[in-house]
Parts: sequence; C-alpha cells; structure tokens
Amino acid sequence: MAAATARPRPAAPPFGILNDDGSCADEHKAIVSDDDVERILDTMVLNRILDRRLQMLQRQGRLGFYMTSRGEEATIIGAAFCLETTDPIFLSYRELGCLLWRRVPLALVFNQLIGNSRDLCLGRQMPVHYAFRDWGIPSVSSPVGTQLPHACGFAYASKIRRSGEVALAFCGEGTASQGDFHTALNFSGAFWVPAIYVIRNNGYAISTPESVQTAAESLAARADGYGLPGYQIDGNDLLAVVFALRDAVERARAGRGPTLIEALTYRLGAHSTADDPTAYRSDAEAEEWSRMDPFERLRRHARWRGLWSDEVEQASTQAWEKRITDTLTECERHPPPAVESLFDDVLEAPGPQLVEQRDAYLRYWRTKTDKPVSEL
Amino acid sequence: MAETQTMNMIQALNQALDLYLERDDAAVVLGEDVGLFGGVFRVTQGLQAKYGSERVFDTPLAEAGIVGMAIGMALNGLHPVAEIQFADFIFPAYDQIVSELAKYRYRSGGEYPAKVVIRAPMGGGIHGGHYHSQSPEAYFAHTPGLRVVIPSGPYEAKGLLLGALECPDPVIFLEPKRLYRSAKRDVPLDYYTLPLERARVARRGADATVVAWGAMLGTALEAAIAEGDGYDVEVIDLQSIAPYDLRTVVRSVRKTGRMVVVHEAPRTCGFGAELIAAVQGAAFDKLTAPLERVTGFDTPFPYTLEEHYLPSADRVARAVIDTIEY
Ligand SMILES: Cc1ncc(C[n+]2csc(CCOP(=O)(O)OP(=O)(O)O)c2C)c(N)n1
Repeated sequence: MAAATARPRPAAPPFGILNDDGSCADEHKAIVSDDDVERILDTMVLNRILDRRLQMLQRQGRLGFYMTSRGEEATIIGAAFCLETTDPIFLSYRELGCLLWRRVPLALVFNQLIGNSRDLCLGRQMPVHYAFRDWGIPSVSSPVGTQLPHACGFAYASKIRRSGEVALAFCGEGTASQGDFHTALNFSGAFWVPAIYVIRNNGYAISTPESVQTAAESLAARADGYGLPGYQIDGNDLLAVVFALRDAVERARAGRGPTLIEALTYRLGAHSTADDPTAYRSDAEAEEWSRMDPFERLRRHARWRGLWSDEVEQASTQAWEKRITDTLTECERHPPPAVESLFDDVLEAPGPQLVEQRDAYLRYWRTKTDKPVSEL
Repeated sequence: MAETQTMNMIQALNQALDLYLERDDAAVVLGEDVGLFGGVFRVTQGLQAKYGSERVFDTPLAEAGIVGMAIGMALNGLHPVAEIQFADFIFPAYDQIVSELAKYRYRSGGEYPAKVVIRAPMGGGIHGGHYHSQSPEAYFAHTPGLRVVIPSGPYEAKGLLLGALECPDPVIFLEPKRLYRSAKRDVPLDYYTLPLERARVARRGADATVVAWGAMLGTALEAAIAEGDGYDVEVIDLQSIAPYDLRTVVRSVRKTGRMVVVHEAPRTCGFGAELIAAVQGAAFDKLTAPLERVTGFDTPFPYTLEEHYLPSADRVARAVIDTIEY
C-alpha cells in the first residue's frame, strides 16, 4: 500500500544547533550546562523505560490505555527545562516528560494510569489524562486543543495579578487545525499575554499526515498573522529547543508578549496503544527519523563534551528500572476508588437530584456486597 | 430469501456506505482518518480505494470544519456523510449542527434543505472515561430540525443507515461502539432500508414495558429474560430518538400499564424524561405504577467505576419488579 509521507520538506531547514556528529559551535555549549545535559539525559532514560514498560503493561491488560512519546522527548523535556515549576504547562496528552522533569512522584503517575483509589483524580479519567496542581499541571482533556485558550487565560491572570507565571501549552500539528488554536493565538496577541504555544509537529495526527492538515509549509508562520513571533525549530535538537524556549520565556516574563514555536519532530511509536501505524506509514520513513532520534543526538553531544559514559547510562537505567518495578508493585496493590467517590466533585456539593441518585445507588450496591459502605 | 451473511456492526455499516456510494454519485464521505486508514474503528475501510479520494477523504482535525463543510457541500448538490471520530468530539461542531444544519431548511423557507448525515460512535462500556463514552442523543433531540437515530445491532445498523442516507433531512446517526464488534447477526447482503421513525418491539410481553435504544437494548433484553419470577416483559427498541414513535410505545404501555426507560446518558433531562412525560399523558388511565427510569448518573462519565455508572441488567430487572409489585 502506498503510505503517506509526513510532510513536504520545508524550503529552509528549521533552526538547529547540534551537528550530526554531536558537536556544536563553542559559543552554543553554554546554552545547557554539563550538569543539565546529564540531568536531561537521565530524565530521557526514565521516559524511554516508562514508555516501553507501560506499553507492555497495557498489552498485558494491566493498564487500560497508554500513549508513548518516543522521538519527541527533546521538545517535551527541553521545554519543561526552561520553565519554573510555578509556570503551568497545559499538556495535550503526549508530554509525560514534563511530569518527569518536574519530579512528579512516579507513584502518583502510576496511580493515575491505573485509576486506583490513590489517584489524585480518583480514577475518573482515562490513563495519561493527568492533573497535578502542585507541579503546575492543569487537568488534561481529550478533546484536542481545548487547553490552548486556557493557557491564554492563565497568562492574562498572571499579567494583571503581576504574579509572574509564564503559561506554556502544547499541542500537535493536527490540533493546530482546530478553532481553539486560532482563538488562543489571536487572543494571546490581542491581550499580549505571557503565553508560549509549542506545536509538537510529529508528522501525524493518528493516520493523517501533516500534508492533509494544511497547505502551508510552516505552522510557525501563522504567528505573523496574529502579530506575534513564531519560530520553526528542529524539535529533536535539545539545544535548539532550549535556545528558542528560553528566549520566549524571557520575553514573556519581561512583559514582551506571547510566542509560537513549531518543533519539527516525529512520533516514532504508534499514536496510542489502540493504533497500528504500519497501516498508514512506511517503515522506511520511521527508520529515517530514527536516525534523528533526539535521545541519541543528545547522547552523542554529551559524549562530545566528554560526559555521560556507558557506565553512567547503565547505572541510570538500572536505578530507574528498579524504582519503577518497586513503585508499580506498590501501586498495583491499591484498590479501585470508593464507589461513593463517583458522586463527588460534580459541583462543590451535590444537588438534590444527585444526592437522591447516590443514596439510591449505594442502597442498591449494599445489597450486592458484604463490605460496609465506607469501604465500597 | 435474499442472501445473508453473518457480520458485525462495523461490517454492516461499511456495507451500507459501500452500497450507497455506489448508488448515489453525489454521496461523499469525509472525516478524520476515514480515507487511507478507513477510520479508527474501520467503518470506512476500503471505501477510498473503491470510490477515490475525491469522494472519500480525510479532513484536517476540526469538527466544526467537517460539519460546516458538509453543509456547504449539501447546499451545492452533494450528499455528505461526515464521520465524527467519537460522539464526545462532536461539540466543536455543535454550533454548526445546532445553529446551521438544523435550521437551514426552516430559515430558508424550504429553499435550502441540508441533507447531511453525521455518523458518530457513542456510549460507554469500553473503558473510555469522560470523553470516549458519552451518549449525547438528548442534546440533539432537543434541537428541532435534526433527526437522531441509534441502531441496536448489525441488521438495524445497515437498514437504518441506508434509511438515513436516503433521507432528505439532516440525521445524527449515533453508533453504540460497544456493539461494534461484539454483536454478530445474519444480515442481508442486498440493499435494504428500515424506516427511520419506527420503534421495534424486540420482545413481546404483558406485564411491563421496557424502552431502550442502542447498547441498552441488550441490557433491557437480558433483564427481561432474567425475569425468572414468571413476569412477562415487553421490550421496545426505540431506534429513532427524534422524531420518535410514541404510538408504538403507548400501545405497549396501555397494554402493560407499566414502563421503565433505560438509557446510559445522565438522568436529568435525558431522553427518558421526554418519553415519560409523553406516555403519562397518553396512557394515564391505564397506568398501574409510576413510570420509571434506569439511567446513568448526573455525573461525568467515569473511568474506573464505569460498571457502577452504566445501567446493568440487574438494576433494570429490579426497576421492572418494583413497578410490577408497586
Ligand atoms: C476534538 C477532538 N477530535 C478528535 C479527537 C480524536 N483524536 C485524538 S488524538 C488525535 C490526533 C491528534 O493529532 P496531533 O494534534 O497531531 O497530536 P499527536 O497525537 O500527533 O501528538 C485525534 C484525531 C480528539 N481527541 N478530540
């Protein structure tokens, strides 16, 4: 079958810093310190292990669903790296790396994925629909693009309350076709808010290649139409991501307005555990992009700096594997959320109709189980 | 006897689209991932290869665009069939559906009927959480100018979809995704349509009437059959939510004197409320018990606790016994 190609080659190469051999111009080394290169690699190692293991867990029926981000980690972790923890990140759903960079405890991540009683959201949402207020992660929603105007509103509040946060929002290039994308950028320009929009242009929206979404070669160019700066960057080049994001954060923080960044990258895995990419794209294309794998590129760069030996990587891998195994075992022991919790948080306190429904259901459920209601 | 084949709902819907595209040159299929990939549930598989990418095509990711464009195509002689990937994602197109599609014929004095079919997988039972589980039929039934149709099995799906495709009105065709692969039936291979406004008596009985649609029909039938106490329960598959076949329902309730409506959507302002209001007016003198509902709760659709949220055969059976023993 004729598979689609993700996108026509842009006329000009996107902004990049890392060379193929892992080197970069000397003056660019300072963009990320040696220590931070290693910390980012360590987070990428964790991200990769999680993607592999959680996908396996889903195949074993121990998770209902999962979405990997393999191939897009430089954009995701690089963006989080440039922010303060008080800056909110409005995720689409493929940005586990942001949680990992912010050190959201693995147990909380797993509890969400499992949807158990210890999940901060009480098992109400599908896996990967995180919400971690203490780590600046507002609640993820499935309808794509809805988060983008929220980032604008958050940033507006930051502006008039002078509280200093910069709001970052992610979306995929498919989502950039939604009306909410347009609204968010237009409002952000009109209100000149400290917001940053990062399009992870990974080539596909499920099976749909970017070439179906738009006739344009650059999504970043749209920024011009909204009166804000837009940059197209190599999203697999960690240094380029950090350079562009840091500049955007500094301008936003200084009251110099919003930015659109289009990070060119590639979704190396399936869209989700419900997807089979061999039905719509060629192995050759994925292989070509594997050669531009952001983890490999950053590792090559680290080696060029004389950092991150095989031993260090092995130690990192082993440490994370063990932490993951131990934490998962623990998290899988927790029971599902209490049945009563189903009826909480609809409004601050339930209205009379819901109270009646809850009481009737719990009365019924009590006849079906031996447990006291408090343990249901 | 026409030739039949055992098939699931996906195959039945795929056949309906195939037969219709063949018959009607003006028919086009559009939506996210419906072309090369054949849809995330594979309902449109093979159609692009057969009818070409002018007639069966992927769109950018924007439901308002899909429906808005479908309306425009209908104004210029095409017969679009739009797929919304999940009914939960129909809301970006709500304005186009409610303000435009539903009112085009009326506000143009009949000059511009908009013949558009919108297909969308609906309902729970697949562990889809808030946004891959909802049943939005009442939102659309509350909008004059739309038809709302929900099949309960492969045979109904094919006949009703072909009926919807022939219909000159806008049709919101909601497909219970939980049944997509689970229910298999013998389905005629030929072209056939089922009337859009007719409820179907799925099981005869004398003691109580249960009305359901989509995936809840199976639950209602299970409850009726589980009735070991010798109660004899009639089950009606409403099939069309708007307009709806009150006559068939009332005929049954006047016979049994009791009714239980079952739906997955939240209780308050769910379509059960409309049915109960209409039936009590038309069968008041024959009622022997309050009309009842077994429904989802007035909460968002949950993930882990889905089994508690969804009406079960046991809950339906209890409600039936309660009304009979009232
Ligand atoms: C409003 C809406 N329509 C459809 C979907 C179904 N859907 C989920 S993800 C997706 C593709 C998104 O692609 P993109 O924005 O490029 O992000 P990526 O998945 O590639 O990271 C679609 C169509 C949805 N979640 N929300």
